[in-house]
Amino acid sequence: MQLDNESRGMFWRSVLSAVRAALRAMLIPLLAVFTAMLTGGVVIALAGGNPIAAYVGLFQGAFGSARALSETAVWSTPYIFAGLAVSLTFRGGLFNIGAEGQLAFGAVAAAWVGYALPEVLGLSLPPIVHLPLAIGAGIVVGAIWAAIPGALKAYTGGHEVINTIMMNYISLNLVSYLLNGPMKDPDPLNVIARTPLIDENARIPPIVEPLRIHWGFPLAFLIACLVWWLLWRTTLGFEIRTVGTNIEAARYAGIRVKRILVLTMALSGALAGLAGAIEVTGLNYRHELGFSIGYGFDAIAIALLGKTHPLGVVLAALLFGAMRNGATRMQFLTQIPVDIISVIQGLILLFVAADRIVRYLYRIRVAEERVVLTRGWGG
Amino acid sequence: MTDEIVLQAKGITKRFPGVLANDRVDFDLCKGEIHALLGENGAGKTTLMNILYGLYRPDAGEIWVNGRQVTLHSPRDSIRLGIGMVHQHFMLVPVFTVTENIMLGAETLHREMGGMPVTGWQRWWQTIQLDVLDRQGVAKKIAELSHQYGLDVDPDAMVGDLPVGIQQRVEIVKALYRQANILILDEPTAVLTPQEAEELFRIMNQLRERGVSIIFITHKLKEVMAVADRITVMRAGRVVGTVTPQATDEAQLASMMVGRNVILTVEKKPTQAGEEVLRVEGLRIRDARGLEAVRGVSFSIRAGEILGIAGVQGNGQTELVEALTGLRLPHAGRILIAGRELEDLSPRAILEAGTAHIPEDRQRHGLVLPYAVADNLVLCTYYQPPFGVRSVLQPKAIDSYAGRLIQDFDIRTPSAYVAASKLSGGNQQKVVVARELSRPIRLLIANQPTRGLDVGSIEYIHREIVAMRDQGIAVLLVSAELDEIMALADRIAVMYRGQIVAEVDAQSARREQIGLWMAGVHD
Amino acid sequence: MDWRRFGFIALIIAILFSVMVLIGRVQTSPIVIVTSMMATTIAVATPLTLGALSGIFCERAGVVNIGIEGMMLAAAFFGWLASIYLNHVYKFAPLPSLIGGVVAAVLTGGLFALLHALLSVTFKVDQIIGGTVINILAVGITGFLNRQLFFEEGSIFGGDVPHAPGTLPRIAIPILADFPVVGRIFDQQPITFAAILLVMVTHFVLFYTRWGLRTRAVGEHPRAADTVGISVERVRYMNVVIGGLMAGLGGAYFTLESVSSFEPLMTNGRGFISLAAMIFGNWTPFGAWAAALIFGAAQALQINMQFFREVIPPQLAILQISYVVGLAPYILTMIILTGIVGKTVPPAADGQPYEK
Repeated sequence: MQLDNESRGMFWRSVLSAVRAALRAMLIPLLAVFTAMLTGGVVIALAGGNPIAAYVGLFQGAFGSARALSETAVWSTPYIFAGLAVSLTFRGGLFNIGAEGQLAFGAVAAAWVGYALPEVLGLSLPPIVHLPLAIGAGIVVGAIWAAIPGALKAYTGGHEVINTIMMNYISLNLVSYLLNGPMKDPDPLNVIARTPLIDENARIPPIVEPLRIHWGFPLAFLIACLVWWLLWRTTLGFEIRTVGTNIEAARYAGIRVKRILVLTMALSGALAGLAGAIEVTGLNYRHELGFSIGYGFDAIAIALLGKTHPLGVVLAALLFGAMRNGATRMQFLTQIPVDIISVIQGLILLFVAADRIVRYLYRIRVAEERVVLTRGWGG
Repeated sequence: MTDEIVLQAKGITKRFPGVLANDRVDFDLCKGEIHALLGENGAGKTTLMNILYGLYRPDAGEIWVNGRQVTLHSPRDSIRLGIGMVHQHFMLVPVFTVTENIMLGAETLHREMGGMPVTGWQRWWQTIQLDVLDRQGVAKKIAELSHQYGLDVDPDAMVGDLPVGIQQRVEIVKALYRQANILILDEPTAVLTPQEAEELFRIMNQLRERGVSIIFITHKLKEVMAVADRITVMRAGRVVGTVTPQATDEAQLASMMVGRNVILTVEKKPTQAGEEVLRVEGLRIRDARGLEAVRGVSFSIRAGEILGIAGVQGNGQTELVEALTGLRLPHAGRILIAGRELEDLSPRAILEAGTAHIPEDRQRHGLVLPYAVADNLVLCTYYQPPFGVRSVLQPKAIDSYAGRLIQDFDIRTPSAYVAASKLSGGNQQKVVVARELSRPIRLLIANQPTRGLDVGSIEYIHREIVAMRDQGIAVLLVSAELDEIMALADRIAVMYRGQIVAEVDAQSARREQIGLWMAGVHD
Repeated sequence: MDWRRFGFIALIIAILFSVMVLIGRVQTSPIVIVTSMMATTIAVATPLTLGALSGIFCERAGVVNIGIEGMMLAAAFFGWLASIYLNHVYKFAPLPSLIGGVVAAVLTGGLFALLHALLSVTFKVDQIIGGTVINILAVGITGFLNRQLFFEEGSIFGGDVPHAPGTLPRIAIPILADFPVVGRIFDQQPITFAAILLVMVTHFVLFYTRWGLRTRAVGEHPRAADTVGISVERVRYMNVVIGGLMAGLGGAYFTLESVSSFEPLMTNGRGFISLAAMIFGNWTPFGAWAAALIFGAAQALQINMQFFREVIPPQLAILQISYVVGLAPYILTMIILTGIVGKTVPPAADGQPYEK
């Protein structure tokens, strides 16, 4: 009995220390967000707006009603997936700036499976088959698209930063071509570059009608847990992290570094492709040109704000989702363009990246942990 | 040597996070003397010199140069005062020529030295640093200087193409070009053959004749006895004492250095060599630049014996070890372990064939520094049961294994979950050794296993290596320290320019003979 | 830069030109096509050349700069904004307004570079992250201000975009420009000429002056530079800011020389492509310029193709899809980065913060 008490005490102590560690880890990001909002307010004021009204509008738009909350969740869903995608590559010592292209291709693939596959096969698929197929297509296509720069990095040394960016532009061109040409919605009234609507059977049902929040949102949480488990509880995760932390030691330990580099990129691309597929099957029921633009950079900001930890990524994604969602109402109320959110996000990233500014501003003296994420052009 | 003091440090104290690197250090240098600063790794010698060269600011203490107290804000100040330093790792840009390296930071010095007038325009260009480099002028000056001091260097050679001995001369000329009369040499013999070291000592004597004062930093006892006028010994950040070579001997210096009597030799039984474990035939390996670094090497090691590979660094030893551990693919030759030729030369295949590897650079290859000690202890076996079962890590198994190894190998760490980066160098190496020797192995490849360690750790690692041999494991020991090879090996092979030029029984080996082989001299 | 590499570049450009000649010869004489291609190639290579020079200054000093894209975008916007302001609010004549715009663009580039230097040199932030911060900030600020100042009700220009004062006028080099047909090559706008001049100046500065020697030393072996009394931080700051000024001039090309309007995201990856040009040019000015010309030629092909769309032979029908032709520079970049045309070697300390 006494032993039991003791172990229970130890349990609580460890929980307490975990909470304390989490709070300590969150301190700098929170202050970074706060400082960025403050600086953003100055920018708004300089541009002739009222920052307080703007932020009140932003808050209302994000959390003011059940609909607002649902929309925040809807906005956050792809951010969680994409943020996880980018943070996975950071853990593996890579930098995936190409989430945007992978997401776009994932969306296109899911859309095609969604609207065209039954026709091609000549039979109607039940939801239990059709929906997983559509999402799976997005995952696979995203993974392949990301594996290309991964393989180029591993086998030729071509730097993934530039290559993923180049592939963003390539995907933008190709998706434009597809949505304006072979995959264009044939509706005679349609002038937009978009696909037809996907089959009813390929859609993720909403959680509560008439709100748009769908089961993709809880799925994102599940995937975040899965990514955590993969990274810290599997041998593959050990390999990914070792390659990311010390590539020479990884080679020494017998890890097949090249294969891991490709695999890390593919997994990341799979997550980004999943983001696109979920948007198509859960929300828009089609893919439209221009929808995916900007997700790549947002995902980087989210990954860094979340300190590349799945839990942090989820929190950062919720914040970004709330801001993007609230911005519409802010613009409606105060005429301040939604683009201010991009400025604030840039500032958040600035203060997270240069946390010494934040430490200096708030006189924080916590032991500094510096993570070197990338390794120049050479290696 | 005169009694005129040119450089004096009084009560220098320097603290780094967690370490008191220099604790009230007093040191002085007379004009025209060679003053050796002796101490083992981590004693604070290099810190003191970096302070005297203006790279670090001391927390307390005074520096006097030529009878005046000075504050050194940067190397610029010390250079102006005539202090030059040859760093342990050369401060030369490999892709620059000798001339460019020497003129760097002192690009117009020659002009002022030559007494040529500098016109208004030139002065303006100089201020914004857009003045055109006078490569020929500097090259001429270098030729003069090297002639004057007998330091032969080609001003137009690319530094990266020069052998280390010549690079060191470039460093000395670089200091002389800046009119240095106080020269700090930080571990200058670490990269040299015994013969090259002799040549360096000749140069040092010549510089002394011309009035240059030299601080000679080293941890090698033989050298200080041979060349120094005075010897100051440092230990754990403090000066233990200053002696002259006439008034002391190696044993006394060693105990001053370490703080206790040191056993200078390793005790070991005669070898009980068994059957052949490793056989290498006609191995040829290219280095990172694509040049052939190992040119047809063959040897074999039997169970229970230590084969020592002696040689100056950069003669193919690194590439040889990399090939034997799967980190570099040879383009010709065979590697056989226990009589079976390895088809798959990947690191993992070699590892699983029963090879342990203590790498040359523990921080780069041997450890993932931000990882916990426990994770580092399973770095090579994380995927095998009981640590990884069906691709899932087993934290409990890793935990208890780590606890056991920390105890068995006496690794000083607060817990198994402290990052390896927080450990001292000796304990980091113990983590590597513990991991490698706790696996079922039959071959141990140790490359420079004691580099940069303190005497206590060196003794410990030497004992472990001999213990492994006595258990019937074949050991390949690569070291640039001839003393280490002489102390541990049963057989000695000498590598020179990618080939094994000689192989002898350790019992019958003579130091001088091996030194000549290392320098490529053959009888 | 080795001659083999220049030969390869010449070959690629020759191929791109031949394709154009083969397609267009039924309508126009080959000489006219080649001349027009050359003139366009040199012009559209301008931002890439300047971007690559920007990268060379930064990376030769050991600072990786992937923020060139953002610096160019911000410079394009603020240069354009300044020219409109000078023209409409201060009633300057078009040419002085444009010159003022160029100055503003160059300064914008320098200012953003100062931020990059602050992040990467002083705060020792991972340099690729620092560059990403610049890119995201530039997209946000230009997008926000573009809308806030021009399109919102109650904004400074009252939701009414005023006409920009045009683009910088062409300058014809005397004599050379008077040649028939080929004279066109020597009849370019000022930023284009400036870029070519800067290639030469950069080459001279890097390899023949004290500045260049110190810069390269800091990029190769900062500790060696430090031990001879060179301030690594100062050298890095100066070079990064100079690089920013170059990127700023490159940004000015978009809104003051090429067209007279601003669109969000209009730099379209040129900043990143110029990094590829820098890498392919082995971090040398002339090499980078030659590599930039490849991309220029690819783009010139795309531009000139529009005039000949009807006469594209059916075997090359794929070239009719402008999306596909538009992929050329990006795919070319990826091929070049694989190093199949020979690996290049970055400065040894490129991307590494210097710790004493």
